[in-house]
Amino acid sequence: MNPARKRTVRLTLALTAAVVLAGALIYTSFSAASPALTPSQLLHQARPGISYQLTGTVAHGSVRREGSMLYFSVENRTGGSAVPISYTGEVPDPFKEGREVIVTVQKQGGSYVGEPNSLITKCPSKYTVAPPAGAKQSF
Amino acid sequence: MAILGSACLLLALGVCVYGIGASLYGVRRGRPEWSESGRRAVYALAGVLTVAFVVLEIAFLRNDFTFNTVADTSSRTTPAFYRAAAVWSSQEGSLLLWAWLMSMWSSLVLFLTRRRMRDVAAYATAILLGFGGFFVSLMVFYANPFVTTTPAPAEGAGLDPLLRFPTMMIHPPMLYSGYTLCIIPFAFGMGALLARRVDAEWIRAIRRFSFAAWLFLGIGIMLGASWSYSELGWGGYWGWDAVENASLMPWLTGTAFLHSLMIQEKRGMLKVWNASLVLATGTLAIMGTFLVRSGILDSIHAFGGQTLGVPFVILIGVMIAGSVYLVVTRRDMLRSEHRLDSLLSRESVFLANNIVLVGLCFVIFWGTYFPLISEALTGKEASVGPPWFDRYTVPLALVLVLLSGIGPVIAWRRATLANARRNFLAPLIAGAGAVLVLLAVGVPGDWKALAMFACAAFALVCVLQEFYRGTRARRAMANESPPAALVALVKRNRRRYGGYIVHIGIAVLFIGVAASSSFQRTIEPTLSVGQSSKVGAYTVRYVKPTATVSPADDAAHTGSTLSLGAVLDVTKNGRHVATLYPSEGFYASDEPSQGSVGSLIGGQPVSHVAMDAGLTRNVWTAIAPDIETPQLKRIVEIGNRTIPFSSPEDGLIALAVLARSYLQHPPPAEFHLIVSPLVMWIWIGGLIVAGGGLIAIWPAPSALRRRATALAGARGRRDRSGDAAQGLAGA
Amino acid sequence: MNLLVAVLTLLLLAAVMLVLSAPLRAARRRPDPRSAELDELRAAREAKYREIRDAELDYRTGKLSAEDYAAVDSALRAEALDILNRLSALEDEGGATNVSQ
Repeated sequence: MNPARKRTVRLTLALTAAVVLAGALIYTSFSAASPALTPSQLLHQARPGISYQLTGTVAHGSVRREGSMLYFSVENRTGGSAVPISYTGEVPDPFKEGREVIVTVQKQGGSYVGEPNSLITKCPSKYTVAPPAGAKQSF
Repeated sequence: MAILGSACLLLALGVCVYGIGASLYGVRRGRPEWSESGRRAVYALAGVLTVAFVVLEIAFLRNDFTFNTVADTSSRTTPAFYRAAAVWSSQEGSLLLWAWLMSMWSSLVLFLTRRRMRDVAAYATAILLGFGGFFVSLMVFYANPFVTTTPAPAEGAGLDPLLRFPTMMIHPPMLYSGYTLCIIPFAFGMGALLARRVDAEWIRAIRRFSFAAWLFLGIGIMLGASWSYSELGWGGYWGWDAVENASLMPWLTGTAFLHSLMIQEKRGMLKVWNASLVLATGTLAIMGTFLVRSGILDSIHAFGGQTLGVPFVILIGVMIAGSVYLVVTRRDMLRSEHRLDSLLSRESVFLANNIVLVGLCFVIFWGTYFPLISEALTGKEASVGPPWFDRYTVPLALVLVLLSGIGPVIAWRRATLANARRNFLAPLIAGAGAVLVLLAVGVPGDWKALAMFACAAFALVCVLQEFYRGTRARRAMANESPPAALVALVKRNRRRYGGYIVHIGIAVLFIGVAASSSFQRTIEPTLSVGQSSKVGAYTVRYVKPTATVSPADDAAHTGSTLSLGAVLDVTKNGRHVATLYPSEGFYASDEPSQGSVGSLIGGQPVSHVAMDAGLTRNVWTAIAPDIETPQLKRIVEIGNRTIPFSSPEDGLIALAVLARSYLQHPPPAEFHLIVSPLVMWIWIGGLIVAGGGLIAIWPAPSALRRRATALAGARGRRDRSGDAAQGLAGA
Repeated sequence: MNLLVAVLTLLLLAAVMLVLSAPLRAARRRPDPRSAELDELRAAREAKYREIRDAELDYRTGKLSAEDYAAVDSALRAEALDILNRLSALEDEGGATNVSQ
């Protein structure tokens, strides 16, 4: 095989390998991913046994601790239907009522159980330009 | 004074527009004085933005609350250091910092290259001013740091307690320096393609700039990981969070670029790779900047709500389109001058290195942007978590560490097979031996960690072997003592041996990562006073509680009003190891609904981690004290009822009562205890990488002298073929 | 205060104009058109010297056999010679004496 043909073969093999690996990667990402839902979507669509990523705000007055269990409700950013969650595990420092959170949950029976250590609280906003409700900014 | 700041921004915008026009006119019409004027526009931009930055800094230091940004992020009680750094804790201020840093670095680079690469530099100037103009426009039209409100509020909102750590305030300028430095090679890359001049001089210049970007970005990433580990309450240093990934991606492509540039220099190959890598690095840097502030992805840093998303998306689109267009239309001049001589050559190892690094970047890119991708493709937003990232990055990291050992041992162009086989014998034995020894010693059979230890041992022996052989060769030629020979060897071959030191650092870093990930022991017990918990080989006993109360303006205490914690006694096999004092700080909130006393402690609590750091392991502890027992809540309620808002000093007395009650009747507290082996080596590895990099890039002072003698020598012997390069006097 | 700000702004504007217009007002000095190529050849020469030294180091640290090293070394020296020839031809052409960094 002359050098030019060897190079073409090598290139083809390499590209094929790359495509196959990328394909495997892409395929598994879809099956390993948990759908991200808002509370109202979760209430409508959740099926038992599947993990969902719930994003929303911690409802005021909903936080309760009992031993190692943390109970709270997550509502839509714009208010509205709230999903009650029971959660164990790591609770980030910034967690409090009114904060935005992301938590991975599964529907079990009639309630929603948070996966241990899956609770993330967002840093309080440093980068909003549009004023959050009640702020005193003006242009 | 705010008007001066706004005027500076407008002036800056005008300077950018002028500079772009002048540079382009100068280079296209062959009028160098106009290109020169365009370059000076960059200096002028740096000067004007410095004035603007100083105005903002002074406003923060003087507590001038007419400035909205000062009122939003600072307060009279914020210590001076944090006031000065609070400038960049807001969107507006961070944009100014970004633009200012970029203008300063650009000025430095353009000054250093003022007499060379005139046409490339002229195009690069226009592009850099384009970026400057973009960021200044964002400030002028969307997020002006100099907006004022009169009358000024009496007190500011204060700095978020989570940011009151020195590393946290240094992290943004360091990371921004890394990002802005990535823009400079991007501009010179585009400039070279536009000027149709991709040659040795360009390579030498762009290597320096890219290295600076790589170094600063790497330091910024390490600082962020270190802050996350020692200050945040989750005990980890890397969570595959979108913003972490965003800073890692340009670093990976930057690493690939630095390596594969060497091949272009030596063999005129991989030009398309290099053009693509340098342009991708700049684009990924802008995407990273965009990710933090746009809210398009849910992560710890990003938020819902579009803020500056649209302008950034347009900029990124222009960068990608421009890059692709230039690489495609200039592909004739990017054709390789040579082909790979042999698969067994350092060139092919570097090519494999490129592929692995780009592959890693692709995996991380896919996982990070997956919510957007899945939404676009399936209509449903979904995200992947750390296990998915780990599944693909771990094997790639193993290959990377292997390559970092193989590369130094293989020669350029074409290595001799017999020699290579001999050279790899010791490293292979070391790799296999390491695994056997570890298993014999009783290390658990975690295949991922053991594979990494084997690869790291292999790479370390490969590189150390190189140092040994180089020293031996030098001693054969120059008859020096071993230490002197080693130093001389490194001094005379900085790029090579500095690079080898970087590889040592990487291997060490990955050993730390593997050990601390796979063999970590963690437990979250709830303990009463006197109780103990076992974690790994250590026993941790809750000795007694601690409580401190401080006024909000006590500069020494970063603003927490009440701090509850514990004294922990850590022992191993009965022998005392350390006494640790973790605590949780409670801060004042500005919510009157919580009551006069409640609002003193109703703000976001911050965990203060206590750690015993050692070379073999870290013992990491955090506490979440229970502040809501019926007893403590009653004290707060009584305080709310009896103490008015107007006397915060009395409120502090209530807190003192609360503290005493906590000390006398401490409720069980939740603890988080982690023992991680070899974490320290991650930071040590990072330092070695930085040190090796600096050695690699350090200019040899005798280079000038060598050049002169070489030239003279070569001239004299020019006619004798083969002797021309003997003018390498003293090599 | 407003007067101070206005004065400062005007001063800044004047400084910027001065800086930007300086090269346009200065005497026109045409840079040597060959200087770009000279710089390029010098940079290429440096790179080639480094390659020769690297090859020698590769040989002395046992990565190349003597035959392979001889082949690589002579190839590199031939390439270096070519660069040096082009460089001195260009220099002789214009009697260039400036040493650019």
